[in-house]
Amino acid sequence: MTTEPMNEPIKQRDTQAGLAHGSLLSVVNLSRQLQGQWIWQGISFDVFPGDRIAVVGPSGAGKSLLLRALAGLDPVQAGRIIFDGQPMERQFMPRYRSHVIYLHQRPALTEGTVEENLQQVYRLAIHRDRTYDRNQILHYLKLLGRTADFLQRPSAVLSGGEAQIVAFLRALQLSPRILLLDEPTASLDVETARRLEALVQAWQAETSQTAYLWTSHDPTQLQRITDRQITLNGGG
Amino acid sequence: MEQSYIQISNGQLALAAALILINVILSVVLQLGLERRLAIASVRMIVQLLLVGYVLEWVFTLRNPLWVLLVALAMTAMAGASAVDRTRRRFKRIYWNSFFSILTSSFLVTGLAVSGIIRVEPWYDPQYIIPLLGMVLGNALTGISLALDRFTEDLVSRREQIEAFLALGATRWEAAHKPIQEALRTGMIPTINSMLVMGLVSLPGMMTGQILAGASPIDAVRYQIVIIFMIASGTALGTIGVVLLTFQVLFSQEHQLRLERLNKVK
Repeated sequence: MTTEPMNEPIKQRDTQAGLAHGSLLSVVNLSRQLQGQWIWQGISFDVFPGDRIAVVGPSGAGKSLLLRALAGLDPVQAGRIIFDGQPMERQFMPRYRSHVIYLHQRPALTEGTVEENLQQVYRLAIHRDRTYDRNQILHYLKLLGRTADFLQRPSAVLSGGEAQIVAFLRALQLSPRILLLDEPTASLDVETARRLEALVQAWQAETSQTAYLWTSHDPTQLQRITDRQITLNGGG
Repeated sequence: MEQSYIQISNGQLALAAALILINVILSVVLQLGLERRLAIASVRMIVQLLLVGYVLEWVFTLRNPLWVLLVALAMTAMAGASAVDRTRRRFKRIYWNSFFSILTSSFLVTGLAVSGIIRVEPWYDPQYIIPLLGMVLGNALTGISLALDRFTEDLVSRREQIEAFLALGATRWEAAHKPIQEALRTGMIPTINSMLVMGLVSLPGMMTGQILAGASPIDAVRYQIVIIFMIASGTALGTIGVVLLTFQVLFSQEHQLRLERLNKVK
């Protein structure tokens, strides 16, 4: 496992303590075992506000597993994840996940219209103090080249790419601090993929306090939208 | 004991078996291929029921509550195990979970019924407690196996949706709520269906038995109502219990869905 700069020199960080100054998220010696095999071992890095990180590596290197581990969706066999100065195991996971949102490679929507899917998350206890902001969604949709009609489409008739957009907006509206994007454009056409990239950039530029990790099979895409990368070699 | 019903002799049993013989002959003549299975099923049924009859004769003579409890526990263990045997996905503690759910639900319901409602004296009189428990167990086991099967299948097939919700900040309870609801509904379907058509489509076997044994239909109906409530409550409790225990196994404290704890059988 190496982390190296792509376009920008890598930031100095104290991986030993995993508490580099100003870091949003610190990962210290994280290791993942699956059926007795180490997928990756001893991963350490920090995520700073404004970070745009690519996670690269061959198929089976555990890129998805790394993002899932960062979201606390899978157990890890060693190491620590520290968010907001608190180790993950001491946090209330739903709250943690409202800040660090993982987006699945294959979007999963429920029955109903696009808008119902977007509104649904506000019924979760952790988001109950917020309200659905239609204008914000319309603003995002505009960046994606879609109109308000899109909100009334039933989720069942959406293409894979459109479903990915809905899943993406569903996460974005919750204003996460870190987005974990697992091949978000894999099922999108080139045009929509570019618009989605633009949307992510726009979202991040809003506050510059947010960061994302992005996996992709497209090196030129990663070149465009990330500044540094975490390389997984497979087999540790 | 006073005999208010006609006893059935061995000869009469043989005559009853002749009813099946008609079908066997028909099957042979018309080459329907039913005769073998019909014969095997008939023989098995006769042997099993006669054995149970002798066992019950012995059980009903028991006057020691410990022995009665032991028989009840053995029945419960068998019910708990066969509820699991019908599921397609298992996890490590599934047998224990099933046994625990069926034990607490059926013992609670049967205990309350014999001591508080029917007021059997003494409470452990096997003539009451064993058949009543048997009926509660039989229905609870169906509910438990249906609910277990539905719940685990649902978690597997809706994994992506459940995890998407978890990833957006849902608690494990919020993420699992729909599958839990569906599992409970599925587990209760047979019980609720049979309650709805009770007396209209079918006369319950227990009631028929009591009427044949000379009880007045009104008395038999009253017994039947008590039994149905016992069955419905026992099935609901057992089903809720097993689904909640399974939920605890397959969703961790860290609000993770742990499907790797599930193994497919067959």
